[in-house]
Amino acid sequence: MAKVLWKGNQAIAQAAINAGCQCYFGYPITPQSEIGEYMGDKLPLLGRTFITAESELASISMVIGAGTTGTKAMTSSSSCGIALMQEAISAMCCAEVPGVIVSVMRGGPGLGNIASAQGDYFQAVRGGGNGDYKTIVLSPATIQEAIDLMYRAFHLSLKYRNPVMLLADGILGQMMEPVEFGEYPYKDDDVSKWALSGAKERPPRNLVSLHMPDGELEKISDRIFEKYRIVAEKEMLVDKFMTDDAELIITAFGTTARIAKSAVKKARKAGMKVGLFRPVMLSPFPEKELFETAKTARMILDIELNQGQMLQDVKASVFGACPVEFLGRSGGGLLTDTQMLEKITALYNKIGVRV
Amino acid sequence: METSIIISGYGGQGILFAGSLLCHAAVIEGKNTTWIPSYGAEMRGGAANCSVNISDDEISSPVIDKADVLFALNLPSELKFEHRIKPGGLMLLNTSLVKKIPERHDIEYLNMKLNDMAEELEKPAFANVIAVGAFVEKTKILSTESLKQALKEMTAGKKQHLLSANLKSLECGINYIKSSAKVSL
Repeated sequence: MAKVLWKGNQAIAQAAINAGCQCYFGYPITPQSEIGEYMGDKLPLLGRTFITAESELASISMVIGAGTTGTKAMTSSSSCGIALMQEAISAMCCAEVPGVIVSVMRGGPGLGNIASAQGDYFQAVRGGGNGDYKTIVLSPATIQEAIDLMYRAFHLSLKYRNPVMLLADGILGQMMEPVEFGEYPYKDDDVSKWALSGAKERPPRNLVSLHMPDGELEKISDRIFEKYRIVAEKEMLVDKFMTDDAELIITAFGTTARIAKSAVKKARKAGMKVGLFRPVMLSPFPEKELFETAKTARMILDIELNQGQMLQDVKASVFGACPVEFLGRSGGGLLTDTQMLEKITALYNKIGVRV
Repeated sequence: METSIIISGYGGQGILFAGSLLCHAAVIEGKNTTWIPSYGAEMRGGAANCSVNISDDEISSPVIDKADVLFALNLPSELKFEHRIKPGGLMLLNTSLVKKIPERHDIEYLNMKLNDMAEELEKPAFANVIAVGAFVEKTKILSTESLKQALKEMTAGKKQHLLSANLKSLECGINYIKSSAKVSL
């Protein structure tokens, strides 16, 4: 099938529809408002549910409601809107309720600005909710990948009964690129064993995030963290580019990784052995994969559009195998491949070349 | 080969449409392409620009640092982006609105009185599409047939009534280059 030109936000929305998303709940915010706009156009025609919620708290709460019935549901927002959803995300992890959240990052902190940024890595990966939990976080670098990861987000969310976040940024949401949708490629898990589908002819069930009996919460905590271990082992996604012989390896995610790939190509042309390690799944973080890759390198350069957030996970994963340097810019400013190449060249000269 | 293009002007000049037109035509030819708009608090009369990449290979960075081509459809665009054209690059300058003398000697200038040209055509006519027609005819980066096909696709449905005016504007840009080539021969 021929590729067609799609805008990122609209492609994300169409991918959700293809994935069988039955309900969209959201509140508009730049730079992702086209997702809600598109859903508002299409979902009612398909007999599915679209609601412009009164707030982001309401949106995510509606996702919980739909999710408890085993229905594929989603919300989307940007930085300060996602901030409002944190309590509910923690509750979803504890009650094991599926749901997909699309976060299209803008500048922060506070209301920030509407430029593209990556300051919400911690917000997505660590989360601001209470207790021990993890959101599964997927990070696309191209619109094609955003589509593929939306499919995967719905699949993983039902399979592991955990919220899954697609972490994109303003550029990805606003840009256009030729893509192919293909068919939703997954066979989804049966939800009938746990979904709240009405207790006719079966004992009642509940999905709660309050567990008062002695020892019950600990069991749940152990169980959900066992899930995260399995996700890290079986579902991990990384993209490595020219890392095998690389002396200097760049770590970056999302749009920044894409720009970094261009810098890597230029560095290679200039005779420098540079590679790119791009975590596609950000949470759980590809610790093992990065450690194995870093072992043969002389230095890691982490590049992000923030003051150094994934940097902490990179350092923890590299675990001293080689030094880790950082290049960042925040507040909505972009790093060009030329700026990256300057830093790469300076560092490369510093480490010298292995004979 | 990869070509990076910045199209810049006032909101309302069809800046984003011009970029989008190039992208659609590129897709028709099976090329890779990316389009990033300036977005946000822009409005009619405010600054607008978009970055377009067209390539036969994978496009890594959709963000343009130094461009091969700049469409400067107003003065602020020339002031803002003139230094961001690669040496040997091309600037398509709308001399209906930009009276400033170009500063660079290491790039090629294609000066066109786009607004005047559009005025002279039977209305409605579009300066942005004239610019795209001239640019493509000059550089042959895409075929003019794909541009026409792209215009058909982009005006399908509610905007069908705008197709003929768009095609006419495109031809105007193409013919401008063809006729000036004859003069220089």
